[in-house]
Amino acid sequence: MIMISDSKKSAIGVSRENMEGKRLSGAQILCECLLREGVEVIFGFPGGVVLPLYRVLPDYPMRHILVRHEQGAAHAADGYARVTGKAGVCIATSGPGATNLVTGLANAFLDSVPLVALTGQVATPFIGKDSFQEIDITGITLPITKHNFLVQRVEDLARTVRKAFHIATTGRPGPVLIDLPKDVLSNEIQFEYPKQIHLPGYKPTLQGNVRQIKQAAKLFNEADRPVILAGRGVNISGAQAELKDLAEKADVPVTVTLLGKSGFPDSHRLALGMLGMHGTVAANNAVTGADLVVAIGMRFDDRVTGKTSTFAAHARVVHIDIDPAEIGKNVRVHVPIVGDVKHVLRALNDEVTPKRHDAWNAHIAEWKLLHSGMEIREREGKFRRERCNLPDCPHPCLSAGVRADRILPQYVVDQICKVTEGSAIVVSDVGQNQMFAARYYVYDEPNSFVSSGGLGTMGFGMPAAMGVKIGRPDKAVWAIVGDGGFQMTIQELATLAQDKIPVKIAVLNNGYLGMIRQWQELFHDKVYCGARLVSPDFAAVAEAYGIAGFQVADKESVASTIRRAMEIDGPVVIDFLVEPDTNVFPMVPPGGSIHEMIEDNGR
Amino acid sequence: MKHTVVAMVENQPGVLNRVASLFRRRGFNIDSLTVGRTETPHISRMTIVVDGANTIVEQVVKQLYKVIDVLKVSDVSADTTVMRELALIKVSATASSRSEIMQIVDIYRAKIVDVAADSLIIEVTGTEDKIESLTQLVRRFGVKEMVRTGCIAMLRSANGATKTSEED
Ligand SMILES: Cc1ncc(C[n+]2csc(CCOP(=O)(O)OP(=O)(O)O)c2C)c(N)n1
Ligand SMILES: [Mg+2]
Repeated sequence: MIMISDSKKSAIGVSRENMEGKRLSGAQILCECLLREGVEVIFGFPGGVVLPLYRVLPDYPMRHILVRHEQGAAHAADGYARVTGKAGVCIATSGPGATNLVTGLANAFLDSVPLVALTGQVATPFIGKDSFQEIDITGITLPITKHNFLVQRVEDLARTVRKAFHIATTGRPGPVLIDLPKDVLSNEIQFEYPKQIHLPGYKPTLQGNVRQIKQAAKLFNEADRPVILAGRGVNISGAQAELKDLAEKADVPVTVTLLGKSGFPDSHRLALGMLGMHGTVAANNAVTGADLVVAIGMRFDDRVTGKTSTFAAHARVVHIDIDPAEIGKNVRVHVPIVGDVKHVLRALNDEVTPKRHDAWNAHIAEWKLLHSGMEIREREGKFRRERCNLPDCPHPCLSAGVRADRILPQYVVDQICKVTEGSAIVVSDVGQNQMFAARYYVYDEPNSFVSSGGLGTMGFGMPAAMGVKIGRPDKAVWAIVGDGGFQMTIQELATLAQDKIPVKIAVLNNGYLGMIRQWQELFHDKVYCGARLVSPDFAAVAEAYGIAGFQVADKESVASTIRRAMEIDGPVVIDFLVEPDTNVFPMVPPGGSIHEMIEDNGR
Repeated sequence: MKHTVVAMVENQPGVLNRVASLFRRRGFNIDSLTVGRTETPHISRMTIVVDGANTIVEQVVKQLYKVIDVLKVSDVSADTTVMRELALIKVSATASSRSEIMQIVDIYRAKIVDVAADSLIIEVTGTEDKIESLTQLVRRFGVKEMVRTGCIAMLRSANGATKTSEED
């Protein structure tokens, strides 16, 4: 049973009259509750049934950002939540407004992002009558939300909002939707903020079981070839320091999932880079060769495991996750530990004895050196990987068949990394650009990479970056997007312009749905049906939106334009005309074993 | 293998939908599902019979726990469980076959709850197997209609583990 007792959170700095005991409308009660949850920004788009809310919103110290499509609101709230750890809030009206949120909610659901989505609904007497703009949004979003509510009486509103935030942000986070009929927003009652809420069926486990932690430590101490697999759970629970302590103490190499990026510093001597379909050779070989795999806050997605029958086939598996349903779902587990990653790692660190794995790490160092795709950070140090793009570069992925004067997408990411000195937050879209953003920027700071993992939502990048920038105004925020995905939510350029949100957008414009073209080249007989893109002049489009736009067609201008973008006090779009047919390597063919990678197709 | 899972749920609107949707979405096959009130107001009890390997049922249980309105889930497939189902079977009956049917009904401790000129309705309670076998036996007379409630289940108390003579 969960009983949260009171009021740790207060409104943001502003001292306001206490409205408890006063007669308020549902819309006012909603705002009072949002303030008490610490909400400072709401991404939304109005419509008839939510107008009572928009009527009172200006009376509260919360910023409303008007997006241009509700999907943008959900992604922006998602980006905001990922970098602040707070729930992101978005608003849409009933019917089409609500259905436009669906992709964004699914995206947040699969990546365990805390969102509270507020949707308008027709007034209660009209529900079930197929009224104008009535849609069963709680029914539609049932499988893509952690929980959802239809508030039927204004008396239930405050309690519901409090429950929604609690459910969204605790345990394994996720999106929660509250459907708000128009009369619930306009009816008045005496406002009482619930002292506590009761959720008897909801009780996330935070502390790991002591016996299982001891057992895991024992496996740690016995292992000769251990590997840690770190996922988004490390970032969610803020356990980057604990993970580093554990890895260093036990001298264990660490590989990360796509969403585990920035959970462990990329330039650390024990970092293997990402694993899985577009993982590094070192990471994939290490997992295959390991005798112990310790999976932390990750869920063995098929993009990570490849063929499960050969995945970590020689290893015993310790799985730490806050969601018991993830344990044993895809991969057989020897020691399960259910709990919050930070808590569990602290306890585990106390049990693990210091050890060296010199032979194993030397072996791994060889994989790092010999194979393509793995930047040789250890030898060259942070931000000194210029070698990578020279004609004599040892990495086939960067040199094969490519003229030295052409712009490689990898090179663009690398230059963004250098100019920002690795201190920006990078938000990727989906496709090749996503893999390049993940692989060629050096993520040493916690929570500095944001990407759509589980759903792989094209169009996520730019609106999410908008939310990221609002959540972390102190950071430079770069959206790295493809020419395909950029068009899917490009309307949010208007939001960036209107609200002066200084996100820098790098379009890796390869003239193709690049990842599609890559799969067609490798697995579908080079029939490039539906892959070629003819795009508008993105710099001119940006300018038309009132945003600084640049086009970069030669390699010499890459770094200088990035620098220029950083100097401009506002949003910027740079359209990089990159080599059209580069591929992301290494690649594990879908359904293959992760150590059987295509490293280069010899073009 | 068949498993019987009992879920105690908060009596919220949509809770049946949440549970049913979960089974559909994860490809778990429901054999039967019953919902009814319990001794506690606001709490309903669902008895779900699923066909699947142990690992699948383990996933079912874990996924059910994730539904916020679900309070408690137990896999009660062990033989310390009382399981019951009720069936109504409308059988064709002529003057000549009626007594034979009544004899079978007697043996199964079932009841005849309606008699018409050319048919009668049998009410039978018991385990799935018992209902299955009674249905088999009366089939040759012609089953015109049949309805089953689906299984409900309850664990025996620890000290009452011996079966009573009432049982089949
Ligand atoms: C909404 C959506 N539709 C389709 C896809 C399938 N898809 C994955 S990557 C990709 C190509 C992306 O092209 P682009 O945005 O130009 O990026 P690139 O791969 O060229 O870097 C497509 C179509 C998707 N992930 N999301
Ligand atoms: Mg492209």
